[in-house]
Amino acid sequence: MLFVLLRLLPGDPANALLGVGATEQQIAAARAQVGSDQPLAVQFIGFLGNIARLDLGTSFVSRASVLGEIGNRMAVTLPLTFFGFLVALALAIPLGIIAAVRSDKWYGAAISVISQLGIAIPVFWLGILLVTLFSINLRWLPSGGFPLKGWANFGEAITGMILPSLTIGLVMGASLLRYVRAATLDVLGSDFLRTARALGASFPEALIRHGVRNGAVPVISILGIELASTFLGAVVIERVFSLPGLGSMLLLAIQQRDYPNVQGVLFVSTLLVLLIGFAADIAQRLIDPRLRGRARTLA
Amino acid sequence: MTTKALLLATLLAGVALPASVLAQDFNPDASIRIGSLYEPQNLDNTAGAGQGINEAFNGNVYEALFQLTDAGSVEPKLVESYEASEDGLTYTFTLKDGVTFHSGDPLTSADVKYSIERVTAETSKSSRKKSLSTITGIETPDDKTVVITLSARSISLPYNLSYVWIVNDAATDITATEDGTGPYSLGEWRRGSALALERNDNYWGEAPTNGEVIYTYFTDATALNNALLTNAVDVITSVQSPDSLAQFTGNPAFTVTEGASTTKELLAYNDRVAPFDNVKVRKALARATDKARLLNSIWGDYGTLIGSFVPPTDPWYVDLTGVDPYDVESAKALLAEAGYPDGFEFTLDTPDYDPHPIVAQFLQAEYAKIGVKVNINIITANEWYTKIYQAHDFQATLQEHVNHRDIVFYGNPDFYWGYNNPEVVKLVADAESAGSEAEQVEKLTEANKIIAEDAAGNWLYLYPQIVVSAANVTGYPINGLNSQFFAYDIEKAE
Repeated sequence: MLFVLLRLLPGDPANALLGVGATEQQIAAARAQVGSDQPLAVQFIGFLGNIARLDLGTSFVSRASVLGEIGNRMAVTLPLTFFGFLVALALAIPLGIIAAVRSDKWYGAAISVISQLGIAIPVFWLGILLVTLFSINLRWLPSGGFPLKGWANFGEAITGMILPSLTIGLVMGASLLRYVRAATLDVLGSDFLRTARALGASFPEALIRHGVRNGAVPVISILGIELASTFLGAVVIERVFSLPGLGSMLLLAIQQRDYPNVQGVLFVSTLLVLLIGFAADIAQRLIDPRLRGRARTLA
Repeated sequence: MTTKALLLATLLAGVALPASVLAQDFNPDASIRIGSLYEPQNLDNTAGAGQGINEAFNGNVYEALFQLTDAGSVEPKLVESYEASEDGLTYTFTLKDGVTFHSGDPLTSADVKYSIERVTAETSKSSRKKSLSTITGIETPDDKTVVITLSARSISLPYNLSYVWIVNDAATDITATEDGTGPYSLGEWRRGSALALERNDNYWGEAPTNGEVIYTYFTDATALNNALLTNAVDVITSVQSPDSLAQFTGNPAFTVTEGASTTKELLAYNDRVAPFDNVKVRKALARATDKARLLNSIWGDYGTLIGSFVPPTDPWYVDLTGVDPYDVESAKALLAEAGYPDGFEFTLDTPDYDPHPIVAQFLQAEYAKIGVKVNINIITANEWYTKIYQAHDFQATLQEHVNHRDIVFYGNPDFYWGYNNPEVVKLVADAESAGSEAEQVEKLTEANKIIAEDAAGNWLYLYPQIVVSAANVTGYPINGLNSQFFAYDIEKAE
């Protein structure tokens, strides 16, 4: 699919490689080099073969291995997404439940209002605010950057991750919180919770035993979508904090018409998004036996 | 550089250093962290690596036969001595003794021949390829001697050779590694983030005054300024916005230096097409541009007004700002004389990055006053290169020209702006085949005055070159000609 879409784009990569001043011979030689003189079917088989060998080619611009470069960028993007995700979960789940359970109290309402504010704030603005406060005024944390030696310089790498993760986590957490609250409200009004209470379970006991399981199902599908969009959506955060991640690699590759890099990043991120979707499905089935049953009958 | 020389240089630059800094000794093994917006795309300056590679590698990792110093003069580097034949068509260079590459191989004449041929090769993307096209042969009679023969006299040969990095002819892949002769060798390089240079302890010349240099790359100017504010970098190679300077100028923890720049902001017309083939139209637009107000709105009190394409650091500079001074009434009169009493309409292809969009809007408002309607068309840098530079398919465009000594572009009628004045073409050619530098300067000064009279382009202003550093860091280049940034004299007090 990805292969076809990229090939459908007008223009020959050989031209992009050489610029318009190139001679016919140079273009022919470059076509042979990138393989765009072959029929599409042959190109496709070659592409599949390369993918199977995990060979994503070399960049037109930097002339470095695409896979190696993606690996380097992943060392930033994966931990960043993961920590951001943890922050979001740590915020959204407890606060979302409190906001629902105590929706009649002032602080329940306050949480709802503040989360609405969190959704409205653009992510780069929040990033700049955090940098101004924690880096420039308080000098507690670095304003950005990733150490030259990467994770081998663990202390510097991890402190550099705190502010960007917090930024992603706060924004992601704010929207997640709304879903957690809505799901919890649904559960609170449900018959099974009333039944559990009637059978003698205390309110927290019933909520944790029955409520969380039921409320988690819709929240997990949202989680999956949020997580997937963070991979490439982190490009703004990467810019504000000068992090060499996957998003900035894709942006630069598009600007430079570096097709092998574009194709490589899209391939790997598509794969990741599919994996996340798959993991979210599995998690939902583990939590909700009804989904498991339906899957069996469908199969 | 000694402390005294440094003090002198700093005073000349019009900046006072706190006495406490001068009293302190520097750390000979210090790590100098340089913040920059220009990351190289790869490490080969003949493979489209961009200006970043010049900033990081020129003079630091690679050296050439000659060096363009920060002050703008050309001095021998890897050359011990050289002489030109009577007719100026044969140059004989003797190489310095005891120079070795980082790999340990000694420098030989074969390396020089190989390196020049890399730049002039058909596949080379070097911007200097054309200036070396008069070379017809390179002989290497022995290991220390290089003989270059030319098809025509070329007074700028030593200058042009300062762009040719001498690379070990045994080096294989220099897009991701290096093998030069400079005071530093490449350490680690993390794409999208940073590049480290380590001191070369076997360097043939004077040892650097620091232990290592780390170029840290940013895509966002605010993030770069924050890094300096929070002590994550020691020096910023070139500040791109005056707004950010306020946080450094009043603060004793930082030093702000304004040096001489060669970067010109230019409104280039396509002189081949109407109405810009008419000199009166071009002069009218020049007179309708309040350049002082434009420069002030973009750079505040920094930057310089220029009356032609030549910056004050070029030897053929003369002040030509009085040729077409700001005068709306005379602009209207000129337009009427040219046959456009009610003005006209044109499309201004504007690169999508700063400061061009702001400049375009300014010009739109200015030219509306004389009845000229400007349609702004925003394009990417890539489109600029293919549509304008290569295909010449445009009416007018904005561009910054960074190179030193680039008035010679006006002597090339095939250049993108299509300015074709046979007198200038001849002067530029004659200057190149001049017998002496005095003669070269005389010819190019004449050419300079003619392009100003012809209003060949609308030279809006000269960018300032502003370097900001932590106050304990000194010895960096302040002019940054051709985006060079020699790091070997930088000292850091601790």
